[in-house]
This record gives sequence, structure tokens and C-alpha cells, in this order.
Amino acid sequence: MADMTVQSLSIAQIKRRPSVGTLRLAEAIIIPVAALIVSALIFSIFLLVLDKSPITFFTLIWTGGFGSSFSFQNTLQRAAPLILTGLAFAVPARIGLTMIGGEGALVLGGLSAAAIAIPLVSAGVPAFLTLPVMAIAAMLAGGLWIGFAGWLRYYRGVNETISSLLLSYIAIATMNFFVEGILRDPASANKPSTMPIGDAYRIGAIPGTQVHWGLAAGLILAVVLHILMTRTTFGFAARVTGGNARAALAQGLPVGKLIVICTMIAGACAGLAGFYEVAAVHGQANASLVAGYGFTGILVAFLARQVPLAVIPVAILFGALNAAGGVIQRRMGMPDATVLVLQGLIFVVLLTSETFYGRIPFLQPKRVEDRT
Amino acid sequence: MSRFEISRRSLIKTGLAGIAASALPMRIATAASPVTVGIVYVGPRDDFGWNQAHAVAAKALKGVSAVTVVEEENVPETDAVAKSMESMINLDGANLVLATSFGYYNPFVVDLAKKYPKVEFRHAAPLWSKDKDPKNAGSYFPYLNQAHYVNGVAAGLSSPSGKIGFVAAKPIPSVLSNINSVLLGARSVKPDATVRVIFTGDWSLPVREAEATNALVDAGCDVITCHVDSPKVVIQTAEGRGVKTLGHNASQAPLAPKGFITGAEYKWETIYKSFAADIAAGKTLPNFLVGGFDKDMLQNTAYGAGASDAAKKAADAAIAGLKKGDPIYKGTLKDNKGNVVVNKTYDNYDPYLDGMNWLLEGVQGSIT
Amino acid sequence: MIDVVQDGAVVTALIAMLGGAIRVSTPFMFVALGECLTEKSGRINLGLEGSLVLGAMIAYAGSFLTGSPWAGVLFAGCAGLVLGALHGFICKLPKVNDIAVGIAFMSFGTGLAFFFGKPYIQPQAPRLEAIHLGDWTGDHRLAQALEVNPLFFVGVALAVFMWWAFRNTRWGLIVRMTGDSAPAAKAMGVSVDLVRFLATAVGGFMAGVGGAFLSLYYPGSWNQGLSSGQGLMAVALVIFARWGPLRCILAALLFGAAGALGPSLQSVGISQGYYFFNAAPYILTLFIMVASARSKVSAREAPGELSITK
Repeated sequence: MADMTVQSLSIAQIKRRPSVGTLRLAEAIIIPVAALIVSALIFSIFLLVLDKSPITFFTLIWTGGFGSSFSFQNTLQRAAPLILTGLAFAVPARIGLTMIGGEGALVLGGLSAAAIAIPLVSAGVPAFLTLPVMAIAAMLAGGLWIGFAGWLRYYRGVNETISSLLLSYIAIATMNFFVEGILRDPASANKPSTMPIGDAYRIGAIPGTQVHWGLAAGLILAVVLHILMTRTTFGFAARVTGGNARAALAQGLPVGKLIVICTMIAGACAGLAGFYEVAAVHGQANASLVAGYGFTGILVAFLARQVPLAVIPVAILFGALNAAGGVIQRRMGMPDATVLVLQGLIFVVLLTSETFYGRIPFLQPKRVEDRT
Repeated sequence: MSRFEISRRSLIKTGLAGIAASALPMRIATAASPVTVGIVYVGPRDDFGWNQAHAVAAKALKGVSAVTVVEEENVPETDAVAKSMESMINLDGANLVLATSFGYYNPFVVDLAKKYPKVEFRHAAPLWSKDKDPKNAGSYFPYLNQAHYVNGVAAGLSSPSGKIGFVAAKPIPSVLSNINSVLLGARSVKPDATVRVIFTGDWSLPVREAEATNALVDAGCDVITCHVDSPKVVIQTAEGRGVKTLGHNASQAPLAPKGFITGAEYKWETIYKSFAADIAAGKTLPNFLVGGFDKDMLQNTAYGAGASDAAKKAADAAIAGLKKGDPIYKGTLKDNKGNVVVNKTYDNYDPYLDGMNWLLEGVQGSIT
Repeated sequence: MIDVVQDGAVVTALIAMLGGAIRVSTPFMFVALGECLTEKSGRINLGLEGSLVLGAMIAYAGSFLTGSPWAGVLFAGCAGLVLGALHGFICKLPKVNDIAVGIAFMSFGTGLAFFFGKPYIQPQAPRLEAIHLGDWTGDHRLAQALEVNPLFFVGVALAVFMWWAFRNTRWGLIVRMTGDSAPAAKAMGVSVDLVRFLATAVGGFMAGVGGAFLSLYYPGSWNQGLSSGQGLMAVALVIFARWGPLRCILAALLFGAAGALGPSLQSVGISQGYYFFNAAPYILTLFIMVASARSKVSAREAPGELSITK
């Protein structure tokens, strides 16, 4: 059957066959969309079993996630940190590393930004100088933290997955130690926090929106890193290393350097997310930095197949599900875990759908040997 | 569904052109008289702890006619809570928002109250300041440390050794105040009583809470109490070790048939019922509604098998005293580093006590 | 700063660490052994956190509904088995990344557990009984530390069995060969997909049992914060244990003992910096890994087909 289809389609397409690029793009859109529809159908069965209306449910997902200017901005705001933490996973993944320490880098980045702001703010250094210093401190802290895991991987042979996970827990302990200890603002009674940077130093929203600048930073970095990883010799070398580190070494590529740089970029992305949490959201560092953005970023990156640009739509999908989750709880009286189940289901189906890449007949470029 | 239609239409009108969403609350004016209450919880509503206590009491609001209650659980203390509250206002037309976790207040509740002056915000911690904060915001909170003081009194007369173990989540004033109050209660009847505290570092870490309980019992404590989100694990583990227990937050008596003495319980329903009455009467809610035994906002769990008769008597007397306003922090008290931290008698609601960052002499533990 | 260090503080802390090692290690042990089996066959299942949490919930609900904690343990294992089998089935498909699917299952399993677990947070279910091994000591702390749950011994026995079976049985050889070189296994006529599917499913079963230990024995109740990432950490411990079942046990014991360090130090008066004491298991594990890192050795012991080590 499948062969017949291939043949008939191929014959029909002989005259005007779409280019390989177009087909690839079509594949990259059709497969995930179909997967989303399939997960929605499976979830509808789940809802029907629970005697809830799938129509109401998915209308609410739309209302809460995209249905209005407010909802869409709600989605974007929730997506902002996820783009950055998604990049923090995607970049090392290109070089073959499973680096799951974004959470720790984000937390330490936020802590460093808040810490360095204290003397600057009290000395009255203007915001346009203070904020960049904070951002650099955050990126440096995150970069060194994840970079350390990369260094350990190459130079000491320590598995980066486990070391970055351990480093995350250590980073969270460090943050708590400082925030409840020497960096604690005595006025932050029941929510131990560092000294607030003050409204004058808070980063506002992107003009015309209510979304903070972290979103813009995420979008720009996604584009920049996409170009870096796909269009430059550096990115090429990283991919070669990711494909086969031994072969890369044999070819004389500076594998160690590449690994450390990629992991530092990753940490810097997560650290920057921490900076925006401090400078735009909380105005200070506290335990709320541990919000799971780093861990969610791993999922985001996987669903984006580690393509930096694809991190953007996936993060927005996540943001929308989270934004809509609230509406679903409120209107349908369903528990918060509903969205967790849906999310899990979407991931499973989307990842399963990867098996169809290159296997759907009408989306393949015509190859002569196919028609034997 | 009809509610959805309305918002859908207004959404289409507003469009995606980046128009400030603050234009949306106009919609509330059309639906003027009915009240929509939005409640945000930091954890699951059925956690057998802090959130459940709120959710159960908040049912009082649902009984009021023309009141719609919308609830959202597991909302973290990040901008997610700001967006959730805003979403309640914009999409559900909430005109009263109840935020039930400490960390929601600053900056999220304060910022939103400024942005939506026609929406009332009430937050479950005594943080509202008349001078600094918006008039449409406010606080409601029972001072649970009074009930922990009673716990301490009962423990002092029920414990052979006078060594009380306290499993605490984080060293913040509301927790420290409970620890210190247990000590003062115990010392009021047994001057050499001590409290040993272990901080777990977070609100819900069941394994570490169980480990901490075991460590405290190993260190010789024969009464265990706690301040964590869900005390079930602590009470159960302590009962398993054969020591006595003091509850926290809600009744844990059934978990410890042998060793339960009594427990410090919030009576949130007093507050939520008064909110419901105010709403029904069309009144604005008070900005600052705090209290303790004096305002019937607290209670102690009915005495369990672990309470001695002397303890019951003394605890009842302590409750009677607290109802009259007897102070807990009085005279000269030193912290466990030797600094004088209390040098006069403080009223039970004195703001100085809201900011305490010390453990009294007699408490073994460190806040950093 | 040490404010009050009691007499015998060191003894108390040591006993607490012994007890902690025995009490806290069991779930790590089961998850790590399950993952060890899966990884030996050349596949990674990062989703065991989901199986652990779902197992914990199902075990508690099962014990509550049937009145038999051991039935709960069995249900938990089956729940883990189903998730593991699903993972194994999906990863059989070409081009599907096992690590990613694992993370998806972590989210899916946790979500299911939270969704269906709501009614079981408050009720009390019958719990597993301990074997009292230390009553003869006459010291209540030692007696407590030596209260051991049968599942602990099951875990240890399982580890020894796996260690033996990997070396001495045909099945063990097949699993190892599948993990080291799929082409070689195929050449021998082994169905690589089937072996990995079974190894993942059985691994899931073990993780589910680990969850049952959490909810039915220690700490012995079900709530959403129960695991707090223990399943993920246990998966990481397999790498730390360099894919050796016996070393998995050691790693789990060490991790459990280090976890008891924070609370027990505070209980004897060493309380400043407790955040770091509480993070002791992580710090210690990292330290040991860095100190003992010999890339050649671990590379040799890692299953060759594992995507995480390539």
C-alpha cells in the first residue's frame, strides 16, 4: 500500500516537485501539529471518562493561553524564562552533552545579580550602569557554574548529567544560605530576601506590552545562538564533536575548548534568566527563584529537538498551557495536576511522533532508488 | 459557557494589538452587584495542611448568594501569581482577590492593587501597612503563636524531661514566633524546659521531616511538634517512636492516638465567615483583620491521650488568659546568643514581634 | 558555631547516619537497580521519577482500599511496569530519543499521580511493618536505627542477584551484550528491541516498588512533595555507581547516610550552615565523583550503546 502511494504521488509530482527544503519544513510543521491533535484526542477521552467536556476544556485553553491580548501576554511572560533555560539545555546538547543544571545556573545568576546590585544601588550608581553590571554578573555566575560541569566532563571525565544535577542542588543551598544569612534584608520578614533593588532599578515592560524584557532577550539570543550553532564554523565544529567526540579529536578539533565554551554559553543563558527574575519580576533574590524553570527548560529543548530557533514556539506552548491551566482550574473546578497530565501526554506523543520524520511518503523528496 | 462568550466578545474588540489589558476591568462594572471572589493557593487545596485549612474555611464564601468563587491552586510565588490574579480579574471578573501565601504580597499583590484600584485584595499575613500600601489591599491573619504557647504549656506538664523537639521549615518570623512561644509556654510551667529545633529548609520535604523527627527523638526530646506545610509525617513518625506530639495547623489527633497532647489550630472560618457576612451586607472588607484567641480566630485541638490532667487545666487557664489579652513576651528575655531581645512587655500584636529574627535562650538551634 | 554539644553527640550523629542509611536508602536502591538493569541493556529511562511517584501514590491508595500494604506494593510495581513498558515500547521506534521520552514520562507519571492522588493525602492507609533487629541493644536510638523494612533486604538481595546474574547467566550475558553492542547481539540472534523493552519494563517495576516504600513505610504517607526528585537522583546514582549493582547499593547507602547528616547535626547542636549540611548528599557525591574520576575506567564500564556516554 505504502509503496503504491509513493509511486502514484511521485508520478503526480514529477512536473512540479517541491524542493527538499520545502518538504523538510512541511514535515517539521505537519508532524508536530498532527501530534498535538492526537494528544488532544487522547486527552479528550480522558476528560470524557471523567465526565468533563473536552470542548469546554480546549476552548478554555485557547481563552486562557491566546484568546485575548491579556491572555497572550500572560503566555509570553510565562514563556520568557523558558526560552532562556531551553537554550541552556539546547546548546550543550548540540555538542552531545546532557546538561540538566539550568535550574542551578538560574538561581545563582539571580543571586549574583541581586548581590552585586546591593553596593551599586546604595552608592547611587544609575540604573543604566547598574543593570548591565547585574546582567553580566548573572551570566558570569551561571556560565562559570555550568562551564565547570563542562570542564569536569572533558578534563576529569565526570559525567555532566549527574554533576550538573548535583550542582543545581548545591546552588539552591548556596542561594538559601546567603538569602537567609548575610545577604538577608532585615525588613524581608516572612520571605527572606536580599535587599530590594528598588523601583528605579526594576526593568519595566517592553513598551506597548506588559511582558518584561526577558522575552526580548530570549528571542534575540535564540536567533543569535541559532546562527552560531548552524551557520558558523564554531557551530559546525560543535556538531561534529556532538556526533563523535573521538573523531573530532582525531581531526584536531579543540574539543575541550568547544565543550567549555558551549557549556558556558548555556550557563550564561540560564544566568540571564535569573537576572530577569531579579531585575524584572521580584526586584530581589529569594527562594522564589527556584520555580522549576531550569527543569522545564530541558523539556522545552527536547521538544524543540535542540534547535535554538524552535525553542521559541515550544516555550510559548508551555507558557500557554500554564497560563490556561489557571483558567481551567477556575472554570472547570479541575485540579492543577490536569495540566501536568496534559503536558506529559503532549510530550510523550510529540516525542513519539519523531519516528515519522523521513517516513511519511508524500513528504519525501523523490529518490530514484525508491521506485524499484 | 455564557461567561466565556462575554469575554470572547470583549477580547475580539480588544484585539491583539498590544492594547493595555487594564482596559478590560470595565467589564466588571456591567456585572456590578454580584461579587466574584478569586482565591489563590500556593499548594494543592487538599494538602492536609495550610492550603486545605484555607480551602475548607473559604467554603463559607460559596454559601453567600450572588457570590461566585473561583480558585486556583499550586500557584508559585513568582510572576505566575501576578498573572493568575490578573487573569481572575480580566477573564473571570473577580472583584475580590484572596491571596493565601506569604510570598504573594510583595511585590505582586501590592503592584496589582495599584494597577486595579477597583478590585479589593486581601492577603493572609499581617503585612499590610496603612501608610505605605494601597487602600484596596489588606491583611487577615490569626496569630497562631498564641496557640503554640498553649501547646507549650500543655507540653511542659505532659513531658517527663521537659525537652521539646520542633521540626521547622524556614527561619522566618512566623515560624520563629511559634518556636519561641512553645518555649515560653513550657517554661511558664516548667522553668527548665528547652526546645530543640531542626530546620528542614523548605515547606514540604517529607523524608527530611521524618529524619528530623527521628533525630530529635534520638537527642532525647519526648515531645515533638512542627511548623511545616503538612504535619502528618512528623506526627506519625513521632507517634511511631512512642513520644508525645503537639499538632500544628489543623487537627492531627487521629494520627497519634497514644501520644497526642493538643495542637495549635487556625480557625480561618471565623475570618472567612466575617468576609462572607460583609460581602452579603455590601460592606467593604476591613483592611487589617488580625487576632488570636481574643477574636476566636484560634483554637487548640481537643486533648489527646498524651495530655496529663494538670496539663489540660493549665492549658485551659492559658487560653482564658490569652482571651483577655495576657501577653506572651514580657520582662527581660535574652536570645540564645546572650543578647537582650525583649526588654519590656509586648502586646501580643506588637509589630516588633512580627519582625523577630531570634531564638530565645532555651531554644537550641540557629537561624542561619 | 557550636552552641550546645551534648555528651555523646558524635555517637548520636553516627547512630542517626546509620539509621538514615537504612531508612532513606531503600527507594534509591530500587530505582537505581531498576535503572541499572535498563541501562545495562543500552537504554536510559530518566522517567523513573515518574514511576516512583506514581508507584508511591498507587501503593498508598492500594493499601488504603484493600487493607493490605503488600497488595499496595504489588500495585505500585505494576504501575511502574506499565510506565516502563510504555517507555520501552516508544523507544523501540526508530529516531525516538530515550532520554527525552524519559523526561516526558517523568512529567506524565507525576501528573497522573498528583491528579488521581488527591483523595489519598489525608486518609491513613495500613503501612508496612518493620523487622526489629535492634531490640536487644537496649538503646532506643540503636533499636530505632535497626528497625529494618523487609524491602531493604529484598533490595540488597536483588542487587546481589543482579550482580551474580550479569556475570553468570545467559540472560545476564544477553542483557550486557545488547547494551554493549547491538550489532553483536543481533548477530547472535538476540532481539535487541525485545531485551531492551523487557529491561525497561522490569526497571519500571522496581522503581514503582521504591515508591511504595516511600508512601507505605518511610516517611509513610502520600503527598505531592513525597519524592522531591529522589527518582531523578537515583538515576544519576547509577552513573555514579558505574553500572554495578553492588555499587548501586553502596551509593544508595552513602546517599542515605549523608542525608541524615543535616538533621542529626542540628539535633546535637551543630546548626549553623544547615543548608549546606542538608545538601551534604549532593556535595559528597560530587566530591567523590571528582576525586575518583578516571575517565578511562568509567568509559570501559559504561554500556557501549548508552546515548548518555557517547
